[in-house]
Amino acid sequence: MRYILLILMLASPAWAVEPSEMLDDPAMEARARVISKGLRCVVCQNENIDDSNAGIAADLRVLLRERLVAGDSDEQVMQYMVDRYGEYVLLKPRFSASNMILWLTGPLLLLLGGIGAILFIRRRGKPAQAEGLDPDEQAKLARLLQE
Amino acid sequence: MYAELGHYALILAFIFAIVQAIIPMIGAQKGWNNWMSVAIPTAQIQFLLLLLAFAALTYSFVVSDFSVKLVWANSHTDKPMLYKVTGVWANHEGSMLLWNLILAIFGASVATFGGNLPPALRARVLSVQAMIGVAFLGFMIFTSNPFLRLDEVPLNGTGLNPLLQDPGLAFHPPFLYLGYVGLSMAFSFAIAALIEGKVDAAWARWVRPWTLAAWMFLTIGIALGSWWAYYELGWGGYWFWDPVENASFMPWLASTALLHSAIVVEKRDTLKAWTVLLAIIAFSFSLIGTFLVRSGVLTSVHAFATDPTRGGYVLGILFVAIGGGLTLYAFRASTLRSGSVFSTFSRESGLVLNNLLLSVAAAVVFVGTLWPLLIEFTTGEKISVGAPFFDMAFTPFMVVLAMALPIGAVMPWKRAKLGKSMKPLWGMMALSVALGAFIWASQTGGRMLAPVGLTLAAWIILGAVADFLSRSRFGNVPFSESMRRLRNLPRSDWGKVLAHSGLGLIIFGISAVTAWEQEDIRTTQFGQRYELSGYYFTLNKVENIAGPNYDAVRAEILVEDGDKSWLMYPSKRNFRVQRMPTTEAAIDISLTRDVYIALGDPQEGGGYAVRVYIKPFVDWIWIGALLMAFGGIVSLFDRRYRVAAPSRKAAPLAAPAE
Repeated sequence: MRYILLILMLASPAWAVEPSEMLDDPAMEARARVISKGLRCVVCQNENIDDSNAGIAADLRVLLRERLVAGDSDEQVMQYMVDRYGEYVLLKPRFSASNMILWLTGPLLLLLGGIGAILFIRRRGKPAQAEGLDPDEQAKLARLLQE
Repeated sequence: MYAELGHYALILAFIFAIVQAIIPMIGAQKGWNNWMSVAIPTAQIQFLLLLLAFAALTYSFVVSDFSVKLVWANSHTDKPMLYKVTGVWANHEGSMLLWNLILAIFGASVATFGGNLPPALRARVLSVQAMIGVAFLGFMIFTSNPFLRLDEVPLNGTGLNPLLQDPGLAFHPPFLYLGYVGLSMAFSFAIAALIEGKVDAAWARWVRPWTLAAWMFLTIGIALGSWWAYYELGWGGYWFWDPVENASFMPWLASTALLHSAIVVEKRDTLKAWTVLLAIIAFSFSLIGTFLVRSGVLTSVHAFATDPTRGGYVLGILFVAIGGGLTLYAFRASTLRSGSVFSTFSRESGLVLNNLLLSVAAAVVFVGTLWPLLIEFTTGEKISVGAPFFDMAFTPFMVVLAMALPIGAVMPWKRAKLGKSMKPLWGMMALSVALGAFIWASQTGGRMLAPVGLTLAAWIILGAVADFLSRSRFGNVPFSESMRRLRNLPRSDWGKVLAHSGLGLIIFGISAVTAWEQEDIRTTQFGQRYELSGYYFTLNKVENIAGPNYDAVRAEILVEDGDKSWLMYPSKRNFRVQRMPTTEAAIDISLTRDVYIALGDPQEGGGYAVRVYIKPFVDWIWIGALLMAFGGIVSLFDRRYRVAAPSRKAAPLAAPAE
């Protein structure tokens, strides 16, 4: 069921990049493809303009190629799109103050969880390391060995 | 008539669920056996009633009873029978009925086969299970009734979305739901354990198979969805980090962590509080997934606000279940102390690392999925979080996981000597790195993805092989003795090796296709021959074809590979009733590469737009996922789950100790 929303948003299923849109210079076309994979089709649900066959996505693909031909760098093209359509077009949000939590979730949780895990493991490791097994543990060991 | 019968059964099931939620719980608190035992017949009757309701709805679809609104909206007399039946759950109301039926199946199984559970635990588990049932049956009856009739009976239905007329997608929801709902068992056991304040090995031995089964179904469901997207959407992607995909991926990550931590509880009687928390989180992710998909909140916050009935209801369930579960946890978790000792290098520590990585990865997916909603809700601004973010923020955790996995998998419980555990692995590690270095040296261009990905894939698979070789004492004892040892290894060990190898294959497939995919988009004239990575393509002809419920434009393309040649037929279908075009890519599947051709529109200067991909090793992604799920099945049939749970019988003597 998870694709139903996705499907409904596709006016008609994928056709995406048309041969007529493509640039003659393969290097520049390759750059265009990379950029277009990072830009969101603004009327679609979570689709980049490279995959989308919506009209506006085609317009944006042509527009970004025009900027490239005009000599813009990749960053300039991105900035050009953001100026016109807002940060909404960026599939990878910027590392800005408002998106700090988003970007830091992974590293911070890993740090906190890692500290927690290390403390837990060290606490587990301390007692009764050198001493022999108590009868309870010996019974458990016997059972484990039988497996 | 049938619809009314189904409707009636649904309401009765709701009433039985209410009884099952209240009476056994009171019985368990007071120690009244007869009150506790109420849970068993109510769970069984609830299942029969929902089966009846489901049968009634299915019958309405099969005979195309368009007086039922749901059938009218989702079916058509022209539709093939298979898709009439799968149409039952290919819509909101019907899928919720399936959800409830599966919930009842699980409840009835605990009631029927749970004779070896302590009666109070079983009563509490079934009571919590019934509370979930009450919530979702209420949701159906009050907001999403599948049995509503139309005043005037239309002549024919309005069909099913043609993209959904596909076996991959038809069976994708039931598998996902089996997974989502299967995690409700882990949740019910966790809540019951918190109420009792007791978690022991027997508890874990009950929770683990349920989690394993749920995880296996989720794995298959996600793989089916991914496979469907690959061949149906027409550009050969297999994972889009779409919120709807993430909704099923979060419970998968959490249940993967849970089934690893449950091993620690079972074998070593520690990590209890964390395992209970994970069980609550895993099911919470299932509920959040249901909410995200069902409420329309994903399309926009605005759509949710204009019709908040359904979304609001699910959100209510979400708050009660998650909030209640976590509150109970906060009060009771401290009672779940454990005394087992293990050292820094031990399998316990390895599994703690596994849980850390999987949980943080799940949290990253969770925050990434909800972030745009949160930003829009708080500031009104719209931002996007898509594939490039997840690729960057999620992948590192999987890389570390892949590096650590083979080592953790061979370490013994309690206390390991790193050097001794690594002994069978050094050779394999060297081999994997050599393989990566060879690939790095032989490819042009400096991308590290293929060498790193393939090193990790080889490391996981070879690590699993090395584990087996050393366990069978291969080379040290006669071959027949090694084989005997392998045969006698517990099934759960086989399951582990298979599932881990499956992960290795998935990493292999993803790395290979991402790094080495070739693509060609062009306007092709008839008879024109062109080349892409050693294959030659010629567009022979394009013809119109009539299917059962669609018209198609179909191209015939000759593909030549050395002295072999074959024809491929990419097409575009137009479904008559829905007036909806779909792309039917032609895919030539083989284990080393897929040739993937999609047909575009006729071009102004003549000829057709044609898109060709060569996708090396892409099918290994799904083969790996199936192998993973198969590992789950093998593990599920381990002796210790069949032998009465609390009293452990001796395993075959020859099985070596872990």
